[in-house]
Amino acid sequence: MRSVWALAAMAALSVLTASTVTLAGEPKQGGILRMYHRDSPANASILEGATYSINVPFMGVFNNLLIYDQHIAQNSPDTLRPELAESWSWSSDNKKLTFKLRQGVKWHDGKPFTSADVKCSFDLLMGKSQQKLRQNPRKAWYSEVNEVTTNGEFEVTFDLKRPQPSLLAMLASGYTPVYPCHVSPGDMRTHPIGTGPFKFVEFKANESIKLTRNPDYWKKGLPYLDGVEYTIITNRSTAILAFVAGKFDMTFPTHITIPLLKDIKSQAPNATCVVEPTNVSTNIIVNSTSAPFDNIDIRRAMSLALDRKAFVDILFEGQGDIGGTMLPPPQGIWGMPKEKLETIPGYGRDINANREQARKLMQKAGYGPDKHLNVKVSTRNIAEYRDPAVILIDQLKTIYIDGELDVVETANWFPKVARKDYMLGLNLTGNSVDDPDQSFYENYSCGSERNYTNYCNKEIEKLFDVQSQETDLAKRRPLVWDIDKKLQEDVARPIIFHARAGTCWQPYVKGVTIMSNSSYNGFRYEDVWLDK
Amino acid sequence: MFAYLVRRLFLMLVTLFGISIVIFFLLRIVPGNIVDILFAAAGYVDPADKAELEKQLGIDQPLVTQYLHWIGGFLRGDFGYSYVSEKPALQEILPRIPITARLAGLALLFSASIGIPLGVISAVKQGTKLDYALRVVSLSGLSLPSFWLGLLILTASVAMFGQMPIFNPNPKTWLEAFATYAVPAAAVGFRSAALTMRITRSSMLEVLRQDYIRTARAKGASDAAVNYHHALKNAILPVITVIGIEAAFLIGGLIVTETVFNIPGVARFLVEAIRWRDYPIVQNLVMFIAVVVVFANFTVDMLYAVFDPRIRYTD
Repeated sequence: MRSVWALAAMAALSVLTASTVTLAGEPKQGGILRMYHRDSPANASILEGATYSINVPFMGVFNNLLIYDQHIAQNSPDTLRPELAESWSWSSDNKKLTFKLRQGVKWHDGKPFTSADVKCSFDLLMGKSQQKLRQNPRKAWYSEVNEVTTNGEFEVTFDLKRPQPSLLAMLASGYTPVYPCHVSPGDMRTHPIGTGPFKFVEFKANESIKLTRNPDYWKKGLPYLDGVEYTIITNRSTAILAFVAGKFDMTFPTHITIPLLKDIKSQAPNATCVVEPTNVSTNIIVNSTSAPFDNIDIRRAMSLALDRKAFVDILFEGQGDIGGTMLPPPQGIWGMPKEKLETIPGYGRDINANREQARKLMQKAGYGPDKHLNVKVSTRNIAEYRDPAVILIDQLKTIYIDGELDVVETANWFPKVARKDYMLGLNLTGNSVDDPDQSFYENYSCGSERNYTNYCNKEIEKLFDVQSQETDLAKRRPLVWDIDKKLQEDVARPIIFHARAGTCWQPYVKGVTIMSNSSYNGFRYEDVWLDK
Repeated sequence: MFAYLVRRLFLMLVTLFGISIVIFFLLRIVPGNIVDILFAAAGYVDPADKAELEKQLGIDQPLVTQYLHWIGGFLRGDFGYSYVSEKPALQEILPRIPITARLAGLALLFSASIGIPLGVISAVKQGTKLDYALRVVSLSGLSLPSFWLGLLILTASVAMFGQMPIFNPNPKTWLEAFATYAVPAAAVGFRSAALTMRITRSSMLEVLRQDYIRTARAKGASDAAVNYHHALKNAILPVITVIGIEAAFLIGGLIVTETVFNIPGVARFLVEAIRWRDYPIVQNLVMFIAVVVVFANFTVDMLYAVFDPRIRYTD
């Protein structure tokens, strides 16, 4: 009899355990996600921003027409999901992209969302509306769009000058929320109104950003969190100590450097930490409009002198990626395969042979052991810029180039570069979507505002357009690789490495995915929940 | 005395006017403005958009016009709008002032309440082990930068107690308020306390060697009466001077302490505003600090007369 009771008790216990396990795996409603923010963003308007200091806290306020799946780390055409658009379709000539919009969606102030809001947002981005954005850093994304037209309240069409399948990628970026027509761009800077899972509560500069649950969110049952609160802490040591002490549920995304990751893991062993590429490349901008870098031999010599692996080893304990303009695989979906990459001068594994070749080019240009070339290496006064600049100067010594570090305050960096008042610059380039159209047109096309070096090659420009119109991914990839290879051979903007960075959260935070090929698109947080 | 007061007040006004000119033009000498920073952050610049924004903010005007516009507004109590947050500058500055004032007040209190008694003890016990120990403490206080001390406190509290003091902007009780401010105040006040202690010690030692102290002892006055009634009262003047100067210098230490402890006070806000070239915030805030410092100096001078009846201010 006793054994029967024991069996019954065991059975009951196992049922209870099983149900507990099930419950632990199911999202729970409630709780505030507490994070620190590394910086005080200039304002709350994502359309005017060019840093994920804005995306991270405010992406949850909005929706896009479509978005990358927030639970798949790698953004790709396969992971595009509808949001404010229920579906989309291309015309037979691939020059019209039509979105059927979701009905019954409301802005946070209760006004209905319609196709007019979509048209307003993109007219604003294309500079076609009466109201203007104070800054419009991604205007070039829509250069192939003729106009956006509404067909009734819930259908909208993008009319293109030529096929551009990548437009979908750019519409899915965290940088492309739909804004309401009835709120001015100025008000969106101070009190953003969206349709998203969280409503804006307050932004106190240098202090905090608070969002609260949108009870009328069109996705029923979401978000799980009652709100998200960011405490702005600019001192990294203080912020990390506060995370370790449990004051925060999560670090600011990709804010943890590889060397710091060890400290966190030793002080908070229960924390979950992931390391992912950020799709931010560290590169050299070369002023090729004046001597000495107007000489292609010197530019090539400099590129040959780079020991990229040494940069990665010193700065990231080996955790970084070497590639061309596009983020290398496996996380990057457009980066060159290793065997192609290694055929580019300077990317070969034999650094000594590369540098020997570089010295010959320098001697051809009139420099040698008795006549060194003196250059200034300008960079921003931020550790992420300064540290690699110091290593670069050290490496350039091997080919008769004596570099002097020229540290420039952020406020003066871009005006200085725009004036071409520099010789060499150590620069970081963030790619907001892993897509060649974004990278090529923004950074390398003739006349682009972010083409800091004024690199202009009409032949490559034609190739940009060819790859841009190709709808078949398998055919587009080799075209992109060829362009990327040419850009490196031309020393347009030599890429040194692609950085990786860490993000940590407490074990009870569930549903977080850190994107592996963009650090700009994964912060909707509508299905993040707290298991406590 | 009245004429002296009037003269001092007039000089204070002249000083503040000079400061306003220095602040305004120094800020304009620093390369770049808010528009440059905004476009630098966006990674591009459109000359037409840049000119439009400069016009909107009024920074395209000649410098003299800008200065007159600012100082006129300041005198009328119109402090303009923050370029960054687009909120009224006063609305941004005012809530932060009490936070820094409390922190500074507590740091000064810490400095005086620790520095003066320990300085007296050190002087009275000159040459003993206690004196040497206190001198080591004061030396370390002068040597340790407040940011390092702050980080040390934070790291130790996390390592030892798994806790970290995070600034609570809305303390509900006095105890909570004290807990919020005490640790950062101690971090920033430690250097001040050390300085106060050293000055008190040396001033006391000088006074203790005076004839009237020997006379007091000869008349049979107790040690306590000699040390605290006769000696300290006469030794306190240089200490008051130092505390007054420290009050003015404290803002430098507070910038670092507010950053390390993440306290949303005016000191850290000022640095951020300078970084953004947020002229309305920087100009008005620095003027406010100048007013405080000028009045602090004035108050110290007046206190001299209170503590030392021999001092009389005449024309």
